[in-house]
Amino acid sequence: MKKAIYTIAACALMGATAASNAISINAASANPVTPDKVKIVDGEIKSPLTNKPGNAADGRNWFANRKLGNCLACHANQDMSKKPFHGEIGPAVDAVATRYSPAQLRAILVNAKSVFGDQTIMPGFYTTDAGQRIAKKFKGKTILNGQQVEDIIAYLMTLKK
Amino acid sequence: MKATAKTKALCALFAGVMLSATSVTYMQTVKAEEGLPSGISKVMVKPATDDGPLDEIFSGWHFRSKETKNLQKDDFENPGYLWVEQGEELWSAVDGAKDKSCKSCHDDPAKSMKGVGANMPKWDAKLKRPLTLEQRINTCRTKGMEAKEWKWESSQMLSMTAFIRNLSRGMPMNVQADGPMKPWVEKGKNIYYTRVGQLNMSCSNCHEDNYGKYIRADHLSQGQSNGFPTYRLKWQKLGSLHRRFKGCMKNIRSTPYKVGSDEFVALEIYLAQRGKGLQIETPAVRN
Ligand code: HEC
Ligand code: HEC
Repeated sequence: MKKAIYTIAACALMGATAASNAISINAASANPVTPDKVKIVDGEIKSPLTNKPGNAADGRNWFANRKLGNCLACHANQDMSKKPFHGEIGPAVDAVATRYSPAQLRAILVNAKSVFGDQTIMPGFYTTDAGQRIAKKFKGKTILNGQQVEDIIAYLMTLKK
Repeated sequence: MKATAKTKALCALFAGVMLSATSVTYMQTVKAEEGLPSGISKVMVKPATDDGPLDEIFSGWHFRSKETKNLQKDDFENPGYLWVEQGEELWSAVDGAKDKSCKSCHDDPAKSMKGVGANMPKWDAKLKRPLTLEQRINTCRTKGMEAKEWKWESSQMLSMTAFIRNLSRGMPMNVQADGPMKPWVEKGKNIYYTRVGQLNMSCSNCHEDNYGKYIRADHLSQGQSNGFPTYRLKWQKLGSLHRRFKGCMKNIRSTPYKVGSDEFVALEIYLAQRGKGLQIETPAVRN
């Protein structure tokens, strides 16, 4: 019992596997805008990163998945009250759809620093503007792909309460 | 509520509120203290000077669960003592071409080694560089004993560092930070505040800006070094401070520096300076 808890704790942070590529999108149908081409204007990205609409059910998975969004590491979320270990680093995402538009959420997800400033701890999930000494297997890669970002936005837009 | 261009300002405000909320949680933590680690009289100290980044310096003990704390409250329960005892045996074990042991030169460790672990890393005038406890031990082995170096994370090295640091248990960390050590403190500080990895984070993002909060299942501490080498339940063994550095750097998807590298030595010196006054807890128990 005790051991199980520690094991869970051990993989609490994003693990070291390149899973973000394991679930790669179908480039032909989704056709993502590459990270360097994404323009953030006044805290918004108006057009979606792919031409396939986001899937909220998938987004819900990426939100909790420790190797993908791992958003739950920092954001508590009542919609996931059955899952253990909600983080408290950022604000809870409850009713986040009443505070932000999809265009604003897209900017926050793509590069949180462009919205909250350089000081924020929140990683940019679809940007190549990352830290120094990036581990080899993550070099030149984004944490999420464009479709996963769209999926998470679709999911966040369901959080109205 | 409709989000406006003022989002940024609001967020800044919100972050401020969250920060002050943290310190309240903190004082409550202190009051609800579940005893103390064995051999320790304080797990929170005030910084000696005002120019540091922290108002209060907390041992990692604070943030651990009751079960983990219990293991460190009683030396018989503390699995780290296996290594301390092994270190005590190694103290008088003859090794190398000169047929010497640590004891040949340093005699009674309770006298000769008391306080030593609290002042590490220490400037070496001959080598013109600081040495960590591991590096000091290996210098004694190669020069004094003509014996082979111990590997950084070997059971012998962990045992000897645990044994020597344990002889300073309860004493305040007191690294030299001025004179020739100054550039090393600066170098370590620089590394501490540099964002690394795909997640683009610095040590300070977690251990200065967010200590006291949960990051998923982990209760963030100030990342202090006073308990090392530390028995980690996740490792199921004792581990060095540099091993811990590597783990934190890997978690943010960066390439860690090597154990014993000048970068990690500098980081160790800077952490010792940040935690000045905290009592040595070796071997601490952490999850
Ligand atoms: C390491 C911590 C961390 C991670 C991981 C993280 N965030 Fe954040 N997030 C923050 C912080 C902190 C803020 C508040 C802004 C600030 O103070 O910098 C924030 C703000 C936000 C906001 C604005 C919330 C509001 O009510 O104003 C949204 C939306 C958001 N994050 C979504 C996400 C999503 C979705 C993910 C995962 C794909 C994620 N975050 C991952 C730390 C994080
Ligand atoms: C993403 C968050 C994060 C970052 C960034 C991070 N750490 Fe940690 N660190 C943790 C967690 C979680 C733990 C385990 C719980 C605790 O003690 O805070 C930990 C533990 C530690 C410990 C052990 C503390 C003890 O009491 O045993 C030290 C020392 C440490 N970190 C140093 C560092 C240094 C130095 C850096 C920068 C190279 C760093 N950390 C970067 C999350 C982080």
